[in-house]
Amino acid sequence: MPTAATFEIEYVQYLNAEGKLVRDDLPAFARDVRQLVKLYQEMLMVRIFDTKAIALQRTGKLGTYAPCLGHEATYLAIGSAMQEDDCFAPSYREYGVQFHRGVKPRELLMYWGGDERGNNFSGPAHDFAWCVPIGTQCLHAAGAALAFKTRKEPRVAVCTIGDGGSSKADFNSAINVAGAMTLPLVAVIVNNQWAISVPRSAQTGAKTLAQKGIAAGLECVQVDGNDLIAMRTVMDHALKRARHGHGGMVIEAVTYRLSDHTTADDARRYRSEQEVKDAWMREPLRRMKAYLMSLNAWTEDEETALKEQCTKYVDGEVNAYLETRAQPIESMFDYTYAELPPDLLVQRDEAIFWEKRG
Amino acid sequence: MAQITLIEAVTQALAWEMKHDPSVVVLGEDVGVNGGVFRATQGLLDKFGAERVIDTPLDETTIGGITVGLAAQGMKPVAEAQFEGFIYAMLEQIICHAARMRNRTRGRLTCPAVWRAPWGGGIRAPEHHSEANEALFTNVPGLRVVLPSSPARAYGLLLASIRDPDPVIFFEPKRIYRQYKEEVPDDGEALPLDVCFVLRDGSDVTLVTWGAQVKETLEAAEALAAEGISAEVIDVATLKPLDFDTIHESVRKTGRCVIVHEAPRTAGFGSEISARLAEHAMYDLVAPVERVTGYDTHIPLFRLEMKYLPSVDKIVAAAKRTLAAS
Repeated sequence: MPTAATFEIEYVQYLNAEGKLVRDDLPAFARDVRQLVKLYQEMLMVRIFDTKAIALQRTGKLGTYAPCLGHEATYLAIGSAMQEDDCFAPSYREYGVQFHRGVKPRELLMYWGGDERGNNFSGPAHDFAWCVPIGTQCLHAAGAALAFKTRKEPRVAVCTIGDGGSSKADFNSAINVAGAMTLPLVAVIVNNQWAISVPRSAQTGAKTLAQKGIAAGLECVQVDGNDLIAMRTVMDHALKRARHGHGGMVIEAVTYRLSDHTTADDARRYRSEQEVKDAWMREPLRRMKAYLMSLNAWTEDEETALKEQCTKYVDGEVNAYLETRAQPIESMFDYTYAELPPDLLVQRDEAIFWEKRG
Repeated sequence: MAQITLIEAVTQALAWEMKHDPSVVVLGEDVGVNGGVFRATQGLLDKFGAERVIDTPLDETTIGGITVGLAAQGMKPVAEAQFEGFIYAMLEQIICHAARMRNRTRGRLTCPAVWRAPWGGGIRAPEHHSEANEALFTNVPGLRVVLPSSPARAYGLLLASIRDPDPVIFFEPKRIYRQYKEEVPDDGEALPLDVCFVLRDGSDVTLVTWGAQVKETLEAAEALAAEGISAEVIDVATLKPLDFDTIHESVRKTGRCVIVHEAPRTAGFGSEISARLAEHAMYDLVAPVERVTGYDTHIPLFRLEMKYLPSVDKIVAAAKRTLAAS
């Protein structure tokens, strides 16, 4: 029988759950152990920040917070592979990417602490801010990629989305237009198995989420998202081909959300303890630590010292956040338009009047 | 100087701005080779090439979202929704992102984009091609909503909209796309946004309207004049932000106001004008404010659509009611 098209989805893994190499073609960056150590340190920093942020929420010092426990390898791989000029369009928990790109922990805390100034961050000024309406950021990245292509700039737009988000029209629209126009777009599906309480299996009948990109005409791959080496290798490849005009890619990073969806969620309502226990055996830091120790590149003493150092740094950032005062009342008006129309100026005066009356 | 129609004025404005600002791109369905289903982008592909006159996949979600991305990354996109009834798939991008990009990033990122759409009823079009949905957008902070009603205003206001640093919804009253021609110098001169245009001076009653309804309203003013009633006609043109001062000034003079629009009455933009008159012009009014609008129904398919839309007779009758009341 004639065949109209065939496809297969490659699965990429270098480090298995125990931290042992499963293939011997290590890319150049991974042969530089110092670089791996540095990325491991950054992953650990993200985890310490995450733990601290949850504690802040539990003590009423932060609003609802979306943790990233278990996603650290995926995020650091994305962040470290991207160039500063590239454009990142996140959803709302990609702290590892953002820290690597220069966003300060205090700024992330500002956003989740109810202050828009957190989105005016120290990372690249062209990066998009957090995006709560699911999947909509994918089209911002596609638009950015179109801008880069139109201006003939060698830049790539990267968006991240969850397994649930990959069901949305916006995601499918973004990869479709990227295929139709050969845009430099890298769409990473961070498949953490759960969209709040709905499991991956309820999102689609497709065997992989990566294969959604096949229909869009993009190169697609599934990666062990808990394996920093695999994820970074794939990101390097995706960015390189996009930068050279060969079009976009869909990367499915298979990981696991070890935390609740947000601090307003209780994951015990919908998934088993055993499942989470099993997932902890595959988590990204454990395996990278084991790998680095097997190379004699990391010790428990260094780990303890790093944890102390990270805690100190995060505490400093937390204090900086807690010391900021709320914006003046007129700030809610001042960024609505480049120039405020007269009727809005009247409302601004009204707000200031009530503020002064106290 | 050439006489041109409203739709030709749209094309002329797009071509001027694309020629003078390389960051302006046009995107939408059929905007390229076909020049748009109403021919608003006719000839632009030949002049500016496929990189700046972009035929998108047939997906309004795509158009809505990539427009935000383009605008945030240094381009000035002018997106076309093929009909106003197809713009709903873009609402999330317009409301959640375009309108609040500046605010939520404290000015770090902005969205200087224009969404154009043929708007309104009266051309015997199929279902979903005849909506007057401007009030959906006037309730959204951060947007401008513009509705030109003549070739000259279409040209000048579209130039202003593209140059505006914030997102603009630019609705084009398709019923009067080719109603008449006028001289529109292709000089790149923008008209001010956020001001109403007084189209006819009068002293007895103020008729406030926008879009294609300007035609019937001016005709109603003429009919009233024949009966010795002097009507002032205001084309609101930019609904958001609203230039209420011009309306108020007129009502101070006339003491009477009739608001005419083809959208449904309840929470139509006439409600806002009426509310502001109640707040600020109560003691200037000598008669209750009248509204002549579409009914609170779906605009019917075209056998009945003209009976849904405000007519000269309905406007004249409303104006006379305000005169009878005082």
